[in-house]
Amino acid sequence: MKLKLHIWRQSAPDVRGGFETIAADNVSAHMSFLEMLDVVNEGLIAEGKEPVAFDHDCREGICGTCGMMINGNPHGPWEGTSACQLHMRAFQDGDEIWIEPWRARAFPVLKDLVVDRSAFDRIIQAGGYVSIRTGSAPDANAVPIGKEWADEAFDAAACIGCGACVAACPNASAMLFTAAKVTQLARLPQGQPERYERVLSMVDTHDSEGFGNCTNHGACQNACPKGISVDYIAQLNRDLFKATLMDRPDEAAV
Amino acid sequence: MRRVAKLYQSSVGKKILMALSGLILFGFIVGHMVGNLKVLSGPESFNAYAEFLRDFGYPLIPHEGFLWVFRIVLLGAVLLHAASAFQLWGTSRSARSGMYRKTVDLSFSYASRTMRWGGVILALFVVYHILHLTTGTVHVDFVAGDVYHNYVVAFQSPIILGFYAVAQAALCFHLYHGLWSVTQTLGASHPKYNPLRRPVAVVLALGIFVGFLIPPVLVATGVVS
Amino acid sequence: MELNANIPEGPIQDKWDNHLFSMKLVNPANKRKYSVIVVGTGLAGAAAAATMGELGYRVQVFTYHDSPRRAHSIAAQGGINASKNYQSDGDSDFRLFYDTVKGGDFRSREANVYRLAQLSGNIIDQAVAQGVPFAREYGGLLANRSFGGAQVSRTFYARGQTGQQLLLGAYQALERQVHAGTCVMHTEQEMMDVVLVDGVARGIITRNIRTGKLERHVADAVVLATGGYSNVFFLSTNAKKCNVTATWRAHRKGAGFANPCFTQIHPTCIPPSGEYQSKLTLMSESLRNDGRIWVPREAGDEREPQRIPEEERDYYLERFYPSFGNLAPRDISSRRAKEMVDGGHGVGELKNGVYLDFKDAIERLGERVISERYGNLFAMYEKITGENPYKTPMRIYPAPHYTMGGLWVDYNLQTTVEGLFAIGEANFSDHGANRLGASALMQGLADGYFIIPMTIGNFLAGRSGGSGDTAHPAFAEAEDGVRERIGNLMGVGGSRSVDSFAIQLGRIMWNECGMERTADGLKDAVRRIGELREAFWADVRVPGKADDLNQELEKAGRTADFLEFAEVMCYDALARDESCGAHYRPEHVTEEGEAKRDDENFAHVAVWEFTGVGREPKLHKEPLAFEYVKLSQRSYK
Repeated sequence: MKLKLHIWRQSAPDVRGGFETIAADNVSAHMSFLEMLDVVNEGLIAEGKEPVAFDHDCREGICGTCGMMINGNPHGPWEGTSACQLHMRAFQDGDEIWIEPWRARAFPVLKDLVVDRSAFDRIIQAGGYVSIRTGSAPDANAVPIGKEWADEAFDAAACIGCGACVAACPNASAMLFTAAKVTQLARLPQGQPERYERVLSMVDTHDSEGFGNCTNHGACQNACPKGISVDYIAQLNRDLFKATLMDRPDEAAV
Repeated sequence: MRRVAKLYQSSVGKKILMALSGLILFGFIVGHMVGNLKVLSGPESFNAYAEFLRDFGYPLIPHEGFLWVFRIVLLGAVLLHAASAFQLWGTSRSARSGMYRKTVDLSFSYASRTMRWGGVILALFVVYHILHLTTGTVHVDFVAGDVYHNYVVAFQSPIILGFYAVAQAALCFHLYHGLWSVTQTLGASHPKYNPLRRPVAVVLALGIFVGFLIPPVLVATGVVS
Repeated sequence: MELNANIPEGPIQDKWDNHLFSMKLVNPANKRKYSVIVVGTGLAGAAAAATMGELGYRVQVFTYHDSPRRAHSIAAQGGINASKNYQSDGDSDFRLFYDTVKGGDFRSREANVYRLAQLSGNIIDQAVAQGVPFAREYGGLLANRSFGGAQVSRTFYARGQTGQQLLLGAYQALERQVHAGTCVMHTEQEMMDVVLVDGVARGIITRNIRTGKLERHVADAVVLATGGYSNVFFLSTNAKKCNVTATWRAHRKGAGFANPCFTQIHPTCIPPSGEYQSKLTLMSESLRNDGRIWVPREAGDEREPQRIPEEERDYYLERFYPSFGNLAPRDISSRRAKEMVDGGHGVGELKNGVYLDFKDAIERLGERVISERYGNLFAMYEKITGENPYKTPMRIYPAPHYTMGGLWVDYNLQTTVEGLFAIGEANFSDHGANRLGASALMQGLADGYFIIPMTIGNFLAGRSGGSGDTAHPAFAEAEDGVRERIGNLMGVGGSRSVDSFAIQLGRIMWNECGMERTADGLKDAVRRIGELREAFWADVRVPGKADDLNQELEKAGRTADFLEFAEVMCYDALARDESCGAHYRPEHVTEEGEAKRDDENFAHVAVWEFTGVGREPKLHKEPLAFEYVKLSQRSYK
């Protein structure tokens, strides 16, 4: 099939970008979306032009590296699918496709479709872990965990950190990302000792990184390639509220 | 206290404020709707109810004293609701760097997208509504103290009825998303009850819509006069 | 090149304990004086960095990804083995050790494998404490399954995303140390060379991927955790960025490369659909529990699968291996599939696959049960191929998946270069000639969490910490070398894209050094690789600038290294004139057509020394002794 692509080109972070229209004439329905871009890039290289920079790695929907707005949809039109797993069967001959980078103040564009998502790492650094010393863990079966809780912790842990939630959110909020980690650890006994400090610290970092607030639109859940639920944001809100009411005496004096 | 201050500063804190003030307003709306239904039991009953509101707690508190306290609380809630909405809107604007050339709407519903402008429309409606039926400034035949009369005369005009119906529809949308949103913001999330949150919001929002519109429709159709 | 494995004295079960006691320790207060560079943030790298940081060393961590969480460990599906014996089905450290040595077809080092088995249980404890959501039973205890034909259920798993969950656990432990200030994270930095001062590894040269700037980093020791080299085949299940550069650069600086020809081919991947194919997707091996593998009996049969009657189908694995059937080991299933496709029995538009059919299983168990077991895999298959596996059989074909070979390391995981360590898939590891399912994650984490943090102390103790300086001429020399090489790549100004060379190299390697290697084919491959390398340096086109985010330049550097490395792989395959594990030389087969080992001449680790680009490398041998596991021939009849 033949397609008309409008791809965002931007040579550097502080340079004004714009759309470049490129014809993709030899597209097979069996190609993945990124393979289609590979072919386009081969064409650009042959013409002596710079290929389109885009992030990608595992190409099986788990590393979370790829991500781009495809006709206004983060990762394209297929539900629960990352851009690398999207196949050209989703399009028809003659289609026009607009391809844009994630846009959010906390995710500055580096080049073409590549953005800087390091803010996500800093949110995790703020508390997205259990402080356990290597080698001092108790036996793995010492604490039984009900299957339902373990399963729910898993559902929350399925996040791949791609940033589609931020890209889709009208407020550019990273609450779904933050809430997924908060909920995973809140569901497990191992996460309890640091539960409330964790949520305070992670939300604090979330805000200071320049992400917007959640206004319960739900676009994030619909955009998420892993189907992470906004119910976890409710969990985060509750934990944050509770953490606030749990002022400790030694802190009240500060 | 430090943490309370911090909570307010955080984006979630502003949302909690938004949710709590919204809940106060929702409580008022329910009371207002139930009060309006008294129109159906005739002029004496309805006027007496209005009188009761003005004299509630009298003589312990002055004439209309309770009413003013109530009004101040409501005004406070409206201001908080609007102020947090405004602040959150500001954060969102700065967090979104530029819009997409092409967009697909991924929000849950039309209602969720229209909360902000819907809120502005509702605020304008409230101003008109006060000028219309509280102060009578824009009423065609306002008789101070005769609420029943004012009410019935107002809704004999199909234009006014239509206008109010549109406003109620806007309220219904606002509540549909707002009520679900309140549970989300206040963290009422439990795997067992989560599936109920949407339907409950629908029932409450529609209940308010229908409850408010029954009396004026009966007025307009001549059943109540 | 001296190959001293430094295996501790004593009975095998006491070796590690004895070693822990005899190793020198660094005083806790002194640890902060020592700095360590860790390259790579997969399971091994992230775990090592987090643990060493926690111990008090100053750790500099490097990844070319935008976040440590993107490392390819994340894509591991199946699970992780541990000899916990939670199922009380007779498992033990010794049994896991025994299975691993035997599964590796007797080409691994007994002492290392035993230690791996001993540490396997600690990994599970550690991961659970971190909040890794392993599958559980209704009673709340951890669930296990039997994996890859093991006789005991010792595999722990987190749905089909075990690698993801374990990596996120290690990543979070690492980020905790970053927050604490003990680890400094350098993202988007690609290691271009290792720097040796007086023969000891003291630092690395990196290229900042965003800006193209070259940087020097100094430390008291360097740990490489940079994964495997399956992408030498271009099409593999590895992520697109996986490469050999870090280990190859170390090799050029003197680190011996061990058993490079031991590469594992996974039998159940989705076959390529066209010339543009960029990578292959693995479908979990568990599918073979219920699916039946077949091809049309008649070569060139173009009928749709449903129209081919039972008697015209060849269920070849069931025919060759009546007792194991469709569950025959990875290498055997892979080879047989290749044989079928090469014989003209291939299926699909490109005739490049075999069928994996669930029709019987669906009739027997119902669509619901099959969907519960494999629903997500079926959905993924349909996404990629557009075919519904409930209605039409899946098409599968083998693909390169894991590399057992890697930098040679001793018992302390130190390479032949002093101060340079290699962990995880980057070392030649504990898997011998064939890795068993669910043991890659185990090895990466054992190396990272429990081994390197101990053995590095032994190396550092007694050295003066923090004495390095990037102003040393060795750094300038290394940096100049890197700059010159980048300049050369940019300066060729030819007409062909980088990928066109990578694809061509991959094809040579797949055909001559893939599932089946012949002496003639390998000799020819060495010649063709040399020619291709020359063509690359004469005609590659790298657009853009060197001091900018330039993904073509990144690929060019990696491809250039693959073009050098591929030769040593072929030399190794040629020198190993036997068949063993995943290394199959058709000249050496049993009467039944299976791999035939030659223990008399090849019970050794082949370690290669670099002698110059395009020159035949020098072979060294570390003999392998088997005291605890009796040498025996595999049989799956």
